[in-house]
Amino acid sequence: MVRSGRGHYKIFLGMAAGVGKTYRMLQEGQAEQAAGRDVLLAYLEPHGRAETEAQAEGLDQLPRRTVRYRDTEIEEMDLPAVFQRAPDLALVDELAHTNAPGLEHAKRYEDIEDILDAGIDVFSTVNVQHLESLNDRVAELTGVRVRETFPDTVLTSADEVVLLDLTPENLIERLRAGKIYPADRIEASLNNFFRIENLATLRELALRQTAEEVEAKARPRRPEEPVGTRETVIDAAPQAVAERVLALVRPRTSSQRLVRRAWRSAQRLGADLDLLYVATPGSEPTAEEREQLGALGRLAAVLGARLLVEEGDDVADVAAAVAAERGSTYVLIGQPRVRTGLGRLRESLPERLVRKAPGVDVRIVADRARLEEREA
Amino acid sequence: MSPLRRKPESAGDRRILFPFLGSVLSERSLDATIRLARAQEAMLIPAYLAVIPKELSIEAPLGVECEGALALLELIEQRATKAGVEVDSRIERGRTARHALADVIENERFDSIVLPARTSSSDGFTPADVAWALETAPGEVLVLRPGREPAR
Repeated sequence: MVRSGRGHYKIFLGMAAGVGKTYRMLQEGQAEQAAGRDVLLAYLEPHGRAETEAQAEGLDQLPRRTVRYRDTEIEEMDLPAVFQRAPDLALVDELAHTNAPGLEHAKRYEDIEDILDAGIDVFSTVNVQHLESLNDRVAELTGVRVRETFPDTVLTSADEVVLLDLTPENLIERLRAGKIYPADRIEASLNNFFRIENLATLRELALRQTAEEVEAKARPRRPEEPVGTRETVIDAAPQAVAERVLALVRPRTSSQRLVRRAWRSAQRLGADLDLLYVATPGSEPTAEEREQLGALGRLAAVLGARLLVEEGDDVADVAAAVAAERGSTYVLIGQPRVRTGLGRLRESLPERLVRKAPGVDVRIVADRARLEEREA
Repeated sequence: MSPLRRKPESAGDRRILFPFLGSVLSERSLDATIRLARAQEAMLIPAYLAVIPKELSIEAPLGVECEGALALLELIEQRATKAGVEVDSRIERGRTARHALADVIENERFDSIVLPARTSSSDGFTPADVAWALETAPGEVLVLRPGREPAR
């Protein structure tokens, strides 16, 4: 079937898992079907929730396709089958999802764009913490960095955004009642993400984001003007950014310990962590350096830190510039090498950093190998 | 200088991968691995394997879980360095222990891999994971049966 025009896009936005986004999407899908429209449940992630599964009954559910990646079978939405089936309305859960490698698109929201372009209406769901512009802020406030993000333009280009609101107390009650996660995960969830202060912050962000959308849609906008800027949300958010830690790393084994130390400091300060490697301009990293940089990148990702690679002749200059740009309040460096000969006359890296980055504390992390050597 | 506290030397080309799981590490496995690395003048690569629940993104940061992992990596590094063994720590993640193990095997360069087996008192690899590693991992595979006393 060929349709003219782009489909209608409706997004159900929530502050966290369990507020009822998917349930509401299915409910509205059922209502559309009852009204005579051809509705396809293109992708559902029921998370084992009985209420959600019950709400999906009676809807035509598209079988998932299985993709093989690194000896693992992954189930994904079957995008070509959606086009073949060509419904009036497709229900697609979790738009921020990252697809398995090798599919048509890297992200599910891109699949949805294709479906809309084919003239098919789409209902989809997402949590506010996946919004790209809020990612840093959410990580700062909750300590949880979400990697599956989607651009703000997805939300701003939607025809309708429905906010599923629930008080943090009610959400926690649902969690305790086993309506969100299985029993063995409830306690851990309550101790980690589902803390009342996290939920209150996310709720506020979700409410503000939706309010920004409404305001932006109500007022004509120039194409270059940003919508719901990060700053407008952040400025009004309840907590202020306090500290930010920058660790200067090198592609060496000792940097792993430096990163661990920096992460612990950042945790104690409630700060975000950035890692910076200053590469010599024009020099290609050796195989070993590439290996170490890869390992540092993976460690950074696991810790929720960001690895920045900048080129520069002077480490202190680059570090000071990055610290100023990112608002770093602490810089952690490894133990400088013992200087000999004329090198002793030159200003050391910590001294240069203190001079070039005024107001930023500089901390030196001892090299364990040297420490053991001295003690032995 | 005590033979167990000799100066850390620059490791040769040999690298020993020591993947481990969970919050309880077998002391016997760790000591055996360090002795082996020392004898071979190899670099030790302890790799904490984090298992990510399905409802979280595979790329999600693991703040709380990392607390324990980093403490164990510090402990390993401390002991290994005292024994004169160079260390290059890793954290790898996956949907299952085997998934993380497969990734660390793919990402790291090593000559031998030491696998602590699971017991009732310490976390480790299941017989199925060990069998899989024996089938697929390149290089030597050493399976260690942990002692009764956990390292932590």
